[in-house]
Amino acid sequence: MKNSKEIILKINGRNEKITVPSHRTLLEALRETGHVEVKCGCEKGDCGACAVLVDNVAIDSCLTLAWTSEGKEITTISGLGTPDEPHPLQAAFRDLGAAQCGFCTPGMIIAAQGVINDNPAPTDDEIRMGLSGNLCRCTGYAKILDAVGHAASEMRKNGEPS
Amino acid sequence: MSTIVNLDDSVPNVNYRQVGKPLPRTDAAGKVFGKTPYAGDYQMPGMLHMRVVRADIASAELTHLDVEKARALAGVVEIITAADLPDRMAATDIPGQTGQKRMDTDQQVLVRKRVKYFGEPIALIAAETPDIANRAAELVAFTLKPIPGVYDPIEAMKPGAPIVQGKDNVVATHKIKKGDAAAGLAAADIVIENTYKTPFQEHAFLEPEVGLAWIDENEVINIRVCTQVIEHFRAIADAVGVPHNKVRIRGALVGGGFGGKEDVTVEIYLALMAKRTLRPVRLEYTREDSLVGHGKRHPFTLTYKTGLTKDGKICGLDVQIIADSGAYVFLSPYVLLYGAVNAPGPYKVENLNVFAQAVATNNMFTSAFRGFGGMQSCAAYEQQMDECAKALGMDRIEFRRLNYLNTGDEISTGFVPPSAIWTEKCVDLAWKNLGGELALKKDGPIKIGRGVAAYQQSYGRLTFLHDTSEAWVGVEIDGTVIVRSGVTDIGAGQVSALGQIAVEILGVSLEDVIIYNSDSAVTPLAGTTTATRALYMTGNATKMAAEAVRKRLVARAAKSFGVEPDVVDLGGSRAFVIDNPETSMEFIDLVKLCASDGIHRSELVNFKAPFSDYLDPETGQGQAHPDYVYGAHAIEVSVDTDTGEVRVLRSVAVHDIGQCINRAAVEGQIEGGTQNGQGFALSEEMLYEEGKLVTPSFSEYLMPTSMDMPRVEISLLESRSGLGPFGAKGIGEPAISPVAPAIANAIADAIGVRVFEMPITPERVVNALKGAVGQM
Ligand code: FES
Ligand code: FES
Repeated sequence: MKNSKEIILKINGRNEKITVPSHRTLLEALRETGHVEVKCGCEKGDCGACAVLVDNVAIDSCLTLAWTSEGKEITTISGLGTPDEPHPLQAAFRDLGAAQCGFCTPGMIIAAQGVINDNPAPTDDEIRMGLSGNLCRCTGYAKILDAVGHAASEMRKNGEPS
Repeated sequence: MSTIVNLDDSVPNVNYRQVGKPLPRTDAAGKVFGKTPYAGDYQMPGMLHMRVVRADIASAELTHLDVEKARALAGVVEIITAADLPDRMAATDIPGQTGQKRMDTDQQVLVRKRVKYFGEPIALIAAETPDIANRAAELVAFTLKPIPGVYDPIEAMKPGAPIVQGKDNVVATHKIKKGDAAAGLAAADIVIENTYKTPFQEHAFLEPEVGLAWIDENEVINIRVCTQVIEHFRAIADAVGVPHNKVRIRGALVGGGFGGKEDVTVEIYLALMAKRTLRPVRLEYTREDSLVGHGKRHPFTLTYKTGLTKDGKICGLDVQIIADSGAYVFLSPYVLLYGAVNAPGPYKVENLNVFAQAVATNNMFTSAFRGFGGMQSCAAYEQQMDECAKALGMDRIEFRRLNYLNTGDEISTGFVPPSAIWTEKCVDLAWKNLGGELALKKDGPIKIGRGVAAYQQSYGRLTFLHDTSEAWVGVEIDGTVIVRSGVTDIGAGQVSALGQIAVEILGVSLEDVIIYNSDSAVTPLAGTTTATRALYMTGNATKMAAEAVRKRLVARAAKSFGVEPDVVDLGGSRAFVIDNPETSMEFIDLVKLCASDGIHRSELVNFKAPFSDYLDPETGQGQAHPDYVYGAHAIEVSVDTDTGEVRVLRSVAVHDIGQCINRAAVEGQIEGGTQNGQGFALSEEMLYEEGKLVTPSFSEYLMPTSMDMPRVEISLLESRSGLGPFGAKGIGEPAISPVAPAIANAIADAIGVRVFEMPITPERVVNALKGAVGQM
């Protein structure tokens, strides 16, 4: 396709080559390269389902162009942890019932990591503020707030790098 | 975190090992590690990408349609229009699993001539890439000649109104008559009359509709899709013109439903295109497609005329309901029936008249939504109860107490619910937990107020639909357990609960079970995940299947132990003699013995709900539902009287859920239902101008965010009287019903005037306050 070029995206620590046109969003590029754990809820920056970390900052991948993401560290929910080595946020979301339909969960956990990166000891209100761009229609946010608060304190205890 | 409140009459008769515990659900790990595939995550080699071209006027005639330019675009593979489907129609009201006769409500699959609502599909495009499909959609040329439409159900009933459906736009009428309402009202000391209004509400599940279809080697059309109802394979087959066994729905875990994935969404378009192109095809709705593509919650206008005696008894009630069904019928008659049956709420009304109509307009069609008509009635009857108490000068809790239905009482249809009616316990506890009436509303512009609402909400489908559900439970030779059932999981843990039930009965643990679900060809059909029925129906089927297997295992163990089967129990992955647990064997060894003896280690069960005839058409008397749930919600708000802004400060829920199966899942339903109810009360409204949606995104349609939701303080009562497994009732829909009227009552308490129309926006609050000042 004209106006396309090959770019290299560093996703969860691995370099992946993809040929995309200039208008392709990072969300589309991620899903095209098989990273379907990143969800699409609106493509307009309204829901947060597509959140990924780019150089440790949580962003809506639907509002970011793939071309501008070259050379940066992109982390999706799958890059945070695995069932054998769960990230504290994943363990807390799993054990505290914070995922219902689960469609908001990948973006929500990433946004929560973004909050903790900024502020390792967030108050309940700071967590609420930090997650306010991530919609969830199932949980009323209660168990999500519990899980994020719990994970943040676990991470402080373990002295995990923020 | 909830507390389970043990009332004297609810002492457990069994000590459950798995049931009632806040266990992580079987689906939780997949979701938090990004491993759960949703319907939109599946791809196939060579698949095509679809787009739907939609009408941009709500009432019009399609006078010209030209797809040739679009077809000529390189990479466009197929375009389907109504001309390609001369005799194809799609059902809109589908009782799912049952063989009951459908209503006569079929609609065109694509616009032939007449456009009846904004967004009605005109053409289907399939192309090699999504980009090409999008460009082709822009090249489809069509002309719509506007036809006068009607956008208000009351206007639509007037003589001479444009006709959208039938002869007079009335698509359903329900009457409920008990005693003599007119005489009751005439004899009343006071009559209170008010009209309440509720809005179009959007489900706003986070996962937009999506599916992938392909034709397999047996010429079966397979559709991987996010749906609440895999039984739609029949309606899809009818619409496409193939036998029922040539369509197979393979569900996936669903990214939220709330009733919005109860009707057919993308399936027929996918099936038609796969059949035409013989290639895999994928259709994913954008958020805007989703907002214009599926039905909304019916706006209701409810006029309550309540007759009261001086000492606070309801002596007569007349309720008139008008629901906007939009351009097509869909589930309107059923939604309206829920509204009518529940119109008096959990109160004893001996002289009752309910007259309810659903009316077609050129607005977006309306259909199922969590609460299903019962919620709209609750929004009205609980506000009306506060208005009545106020008029009588009575305490609003004491006024309710004089009128509650109690266990063993008849509801509006003359039916006596078989379970406990614990409204009084629930309201008292909710009000106590909130702290009761406020002595002081605070001076200054910010006022504080409190409110409470009770409800009656059914679980299980309308009994005249003759609902059934199937599940299969089997034990492998290594002692692991398999459950197979068609049930769809829309996020509430429907599937995980079946696993918990099976392992409770078989005495093993949740890690030992795998559940296969949601495949219309290979998992036994469980019926719809709607109507707060999944746990009740499929939970019972699973329990019965597990019990049948257990019985055979226990008999074999008893034989080895040389005792009678009734003294043998299964637990902790062992079989043992109850009074002599030393005499025991590992579950796995027992299963091996059964295998070598040829003992059948699996069972398929068909569970039947109570069946009834249709309600009496003149009086509405008879059985409508299997049973009902009762509970209450209490709310504290602050209202800024300068700006009209409302904040929900505290939210207290008390429900008699019968028996909790998974505590975290029950809490999750209540927390999520509270959120949706709060949005309905305060901010959510799909706005239409001449039928055209003017809120087509989440920046215009405003739902509660993490900033808006207080934690819900939850108490669960367990009457163990429900018809579900272990005495469970259900919580999916009950959770939402009382929230909005409790908020409305709290606002009225804070500011001293009532806003009769939801959502109670800042503008409406300010206007109500201005009106009140004007009247003084
Ligand atoms: S998909 Fe990116 S914010 Fe909704
Ligand atoms: S869990 Fe369903 S949207 Fe958050």
